[in-house]
Amino acid sequence: MSVWLAASPVLVPLATALATALAYRHARLQRLLSLAGIVAFFGTALTLVATVQGGETLAVAFGSWPAPFGIEFRIDRLGASLVLITALMGLACLVFHESDADPGNRHPLLLPLVHGVLAGVAGAFATADLFNLYVWFEVMLIAALGVFAIGGRRDQLDASFKYLTLNLLGTLLLLIGVGAIYAATGHLNYGALAEAAAGLPPALTTLLLTVLGLAFLVKAGAFPLFAWLPASYHTLPGPILALFAGLLTKVGAYAVLRVVGDVFAPPPAVLLEALGWIAAATMLVGVLGAAYHWDIRRILAFHIISQIGYILLATALAGEAGNAATLFYTLHHIVVKANLFLIGAIVWRLTGSYDLRRIGGLWQARPWLGVLFAIPALSLVGIPPLSGFWAKYLVLFEAIGQGRIVWTVVALLVSVLTLYSMMKIWLEAFWRPHPDAGWTLPRDARLAPAVAATVGLAAITLWIGTQPEALIAYARAAAATMGGAAP
Amino acid sequence: MIATIALVVFVTVTVGVYLTLSRDLFRVVLGVAMVGSAANLVLFAAGRLGPTAPAVVPVGQAALADAANPLPQALVLTAIVIGFALVCFALVLMLRLIRDARTDDALALRDAEPVPTDPVKPPATDPAFEPIAGAEPRREAAR
Repeated sequence: MSVWLAASPVLVPLATALATALAYRHARLQRLLSLAGIVAFFGTALTLVATVQGGETLAVAFGSWPAPFGIEFRIDRLGASLVLITALMGLACLVFHESDADPGNRHPLLLPLVHGVLAGVAGAFATADLFNLYVWFEVMLIAALGVFAIGGRRDQLDASFKYLTLNLLGTLLLLIGVGAIYAATGHLNYGALAEAAAGLPPALTTLLLTVLGLAFLVKAGAFPLFAWLPASYHTLPGPILALFAGLLTKVGAYAVLRVVGDVFAPPPAVLLEALGWIAAATMLVGVLGAAYHWDIRRILAFHIISQIGYILLATALAGEAGNAATLFYTLHHIVVKANLFLIGAIVWRLTGSYDLRRIGGLWQARPWLGVLFAIPALSLVGIPPLSGFWAKYLVLFEAIGQGRIVWTVVALLVSVLTLYSMMKIWLEAFWRPHPDAGWTLPRDARLAPAVAATVGLAAITLWIGTQPEALIAYARAAAATMGGAAP
Repeated sequence: MIATIALVVFVTVTVGVYLTLSRDLFRVVLGVAMVGSAANLVLFAAGRLGPTAPAVVPVGQAALADAANPLPQALVLTAIVIGFALVCFALVLMLRLIRDARTDDALALRDAEPVPTDPVKPPATDPAFEPIAGAEPRREAAR
């Protein structure tokens, strides 16, 4: 039973992808199967977290080859919580997709591909094998490319080509890194690598981790390797964009955490130093890019990069506190970021554009939507008592504790600039009157599923904000069993 | 032997990166494929190149003596299959992109990120690109 549960993060989405692909001629049946599949995924992910919460790890060795030789899935508290958030995002975005807020082209193969992306993401969180991690990155890449290209518009094709080229170079770099690590240690399994890493000369470890880390930083969208992200994300339909924005870059950030904070912990100090500066630059460049744009999607896409900086900063602080902060920040950020994109799609449905210069007047027409937007927006900035405050508190408390004053100042400055961006969206889309005086709300908008999904996510943000102890305790417990626990 | 492989990897990566930086889309795809070949060679070399005996345990013995490591070969096979699929996809995507955009110049492809006309303000989102709610799937895409 536990074997099936450990394999479920990949089995359930893959089975759903298959079922929805077989039902591609029957749109209604396909949507039902897709929703049933994501609910089942959410259920198994909840069971997974409940099982590993006490500190037990679930493992399955495929083909019954014992651990260092076979490919293994090993799910600890870190992996389980990320699988759960993956399932939650899938659920929210697929429910949202039932509304008519920017659903895009309802191609019969879209839902199978989305479940393929979920399988890739969850597989990357579950696996305990470096080459297998590469395979899940490729699964994620090819399924995501399908989603990009399936729309068939010219800007989407343009975006998918840029996404493909830069990400493919990233995964090839990862492949080279995996090969070099195998040559140096003779292992690919995380547990065996952790034992072998202690015997490596520090200079070699630095070299190997640099190659691997660069590949993950491409995937995470860190400075200066993020060019693929703002070039492509905004061409996706709203709910799919929210799913990608929430999950895909975070897999790269997770991989950095897993390698630096767990398998090869403690890494050479110079790498952590470099990661910290990269994180600071990522935060700053991301938020400045966002300040330039007026399209809601493009503003939020740059904020993904900026927030990845915070997550990487927490990883760079290392140790148990840094790792716990990374996990907390990642979980909080995925919920908030996806919700902002989803609310952006509702704004598009009601006002007819994503461009802030062409919309407005929503506070008069739909005041509750303004409040709903303010919850994740202020949480992203880090205003107490929302979840972002606790996430930033954990990161900055540790940064100040380690005497990293420059990084702390940059992080605080970026928070102020984030507030500027969020205020810009709020003032232009909600407060200001609509530039077209004859504008009225669309009468036939079918938004009930969209509202349900966004209110649910906002409720999670509020819950984390008011009751942070549970999640902080979980993140600390997760960090305590990772390799980085010993300072 | 390892020095030869290292040199080949070096040359292949150099050629691949050079082609990838080109403005011609087809060269970009070729360049990525070249870098992929270099990555496969690195994986292959990771298994140490010396022993050539097959990885079969002789009858009556429990362990391999001096045999070639089969694992990197399995990894290379996996990587070749994945790489082949992605390059095929990239070629199809490239052809479709060239047909739709009527250019194969990477710098002219600004459909997703239009060039700003104003020195300060970003370009407006083109209304032609706004998705239409409930629109029928395009026949071309469905084919």
